[in-house]
Amino acid sequence: MSRDAVLSAVNLTRHYQIKGSPFSKPATVKALNEATFELYPGQTLAVVGESGCGKSTLARVLTMIEPPTSGQLTISGHQVSLKEGQRPPAALRREVQIIFQNPYGSLNPRKTVATMLEEPLKLNRKEMSAAERRQAALEMIAKVGLRPEHADRYPHMFSGGQRQRIAIARALMLNPKILVLDEPVSALDLSIQAQVLNLLADLQEEFGLAYVFISHDLSVVRRIADDVIVMYFGQPVETGPAEEVFTTPRHPYTQALFSATPVADPNRRRERVHLKGEPPSPLAPPPGCPFAPRCHLATKECTRLDPPLEHVNERVAVACIHVDQAAARYAVAG
Amino acid sequence: MALLDIEGLSVRFKTSSGLFAAVENVDINVDRGEVWSIVGESGSGKSVSMLATMGLLPWTAQVTADKMAFDGQDLQQLSSRQRRRIVGGEMSMIFQEPMSSLNPCFTVGTQIDEMIKQHLGGSRKERHERALDLLAQVGIPDPARRIKAYPHQLSGGMSQRVMIAMAISCNPRLLIADEPTTALDVTIQAQILELLLKLQEDTGMALILITHDMGVVAETAKHVVVQYAGRQVEKQDVKSLFAHPRHPYTEALLSALPERAGDQDRLPTIPGVVPGQHDRPSGCLFNPRCQYATEHCREVEPVAAPDDPASTLCHYPLDHPAVGTPPSATPQDPLASNPSSHNPSRPEVRP
Repeated sequence: MSRDAVLSAVNLTRHYQIKGSPFSKPATVKALNEATFELYPGQTLAVVGESGCGKSTLARVLTMIEPPTSGQLTISGHQVSLKEGQRPPAALRREVQIIFQNPYGSLNPRKTVATMLEEPLKLNRKEMSAAERRQAALEMIAKVGLRPEHADRYPHMFSGGQRQRIAIARALMLNPKILVLDEPVSALDLSIQAQVLNLLADLQEEFGLAYVFISHDLSVVRRIADDVIVMYFGQPVETGPAEEVFTTPRHPYTQALFSATPVADPNRRRERVHLKGEPPSPLAPPPGCPFAPRCHLATKECTRLDPPLEHVNERVAVACIHVDQAAARYAVAG
Repeated sequence: MALLDIEGLSVRFKTSSGLFAAVENVDINVDRGEVWSIVGESGSGKSVSMLATMGLLPWTAQVTADKMAFDGQDLQQLSSRQRRRIVGGEMSMIFQEPMSSLNPCFTVGTQIDEMIKQHLGGSRKERHERALDLLAQVGIPDPARRIKAYPHQLSGGMSQRVMIAMAISCNPRLLIADEPTTALDVTIQAQILELLLKLQEDTGMALILITHDMGVVAETAKHVVVQYAGRQVEKQDVKSLFAHPRHPYTEALLSALPERAGDQDRLPTIPGVVPGQHDRPSGCLFNPRCQYATEHCREVEPVAAPDDPASTLCHYPLDHPAVGTPPSATPQDPLASNPSSHNPSRPEVRP
């Protein structure tokens, strides 16, 4: 299958400098470490992990809100400049749009829906007349399942699910190729969540969009993702096709994460892979593998070197030196 | 005699546009050592009904109930002084946001000590020992150091453990946990749920878990109450609820779960949204979103049938052989009478 990646990231890294108080040394927080992946049109790449694992930093780098500290980011064949403070060309920014978790905070309360939808056109499509912009906004409103009379209403008049539809409509106004979805359904009730997920699936089919779907809800990810990246402490620890990662998780963290997720089936009582303690502080990273302090397979070796992401087969890559042992144990337990 | 016995609980709030019924006609009957779960979407009144039980609602709330008893004592008759002795001591509660439930100005130790001092008394040294024991019991490493910590020095999971330590400090007989893990990561959520269940098993207290997560319900509770728009729509054993939901809302909610959707191309959805204060439909509150709704549903408010062990709030409960025969009405026969419309005091039928 020959496909052209719409976005490719090679060793994408983002570090933050913490100034510190007069009494402490400045520190570096490694929020994102060497993420490598490719994204194809019409495909969904899911990024899963707990809070503080660098999911949102990845979203900010991909949307060019922040430049990566090192690594290469290529969007539609154009390499994104790495220089701090330099704005990427508008043409590239149009290709990637983002949808945030909280639809209550991401819409301007003082603007009507139509105004919000027309704004990107005003800035980027100067040749369009006001009537054409209005027409485009109304078309998009219908596409996301809202009614024409909603165009002149304000965000507070909508429910959470409807607001998320507005946010989606706004992101699609400039026909982007890539949509970064940062926990798009976490703030929504279950019955509304299904509606929004279906809408996203419809739009992906219609426009051939590529999604980067950031989420901690594994049941949602399993349903919609084509590929998945599991992150821990700023590093991808396991990547591969969703189907394979979900059926045979190989990294001990992936296994623990999956087994910690409650399953809506009272007859299924699984043995949990117990995970002791909490993620380490980013200011005091543990030596070696960052997961070692919580890992049940950790040995002395683990505290000595940080394992790189290595392919275990053609599609799946895992960052663990005990990957064979972990996979074998999971197979026995599962 | 049940430990917590509530019948016909209603909570109305005075708002600028009149009274708003946040909770209506909720029954819950919890025995010693039982694990219950109240599940529902936002606005379903699940927290409000438990806050009313605890007596923690503001003065704008009008709480009425046919019966509201804790261990035989009528909670509505108690003076506020007597009630305070029960609340926090024999009946305690933990909340969703552990970070904002703790007072940022005092150490963890001081805050646990306050509970013990208020309800159990004892010398300063005894209380300190008890606080250390509690911290160890809820799995906080190095309690002697952590007891001096301020809330901002703790992570979310640790804060929730402290909240649990405070809640169990006086050996409560009933613990109400209001979305205790919603703000936490899944691996921490698993730890906290495991801790709650272990404490429940060790102490034999009853546990009511308020949640919106069907996965959490399935893995923890024995009995489940499903609420929708302030009404209790059904009440069942966890296994039969997941296998044979009786109310169309429960059925729709379960099939909207991504993990239960199977290979279908799109998830089954529930159209529309939960009604708010101003757009309550007439008849059954779920009728605009219900795939089985008939004219009868749009006109007449349903009442649970007295012989229905699940007390399903529906004119046409879904027919499942496991829960006995439903009332005779079928969707084709909307006027085959509503068997219980003349029965305001619903007798409690426990499964």
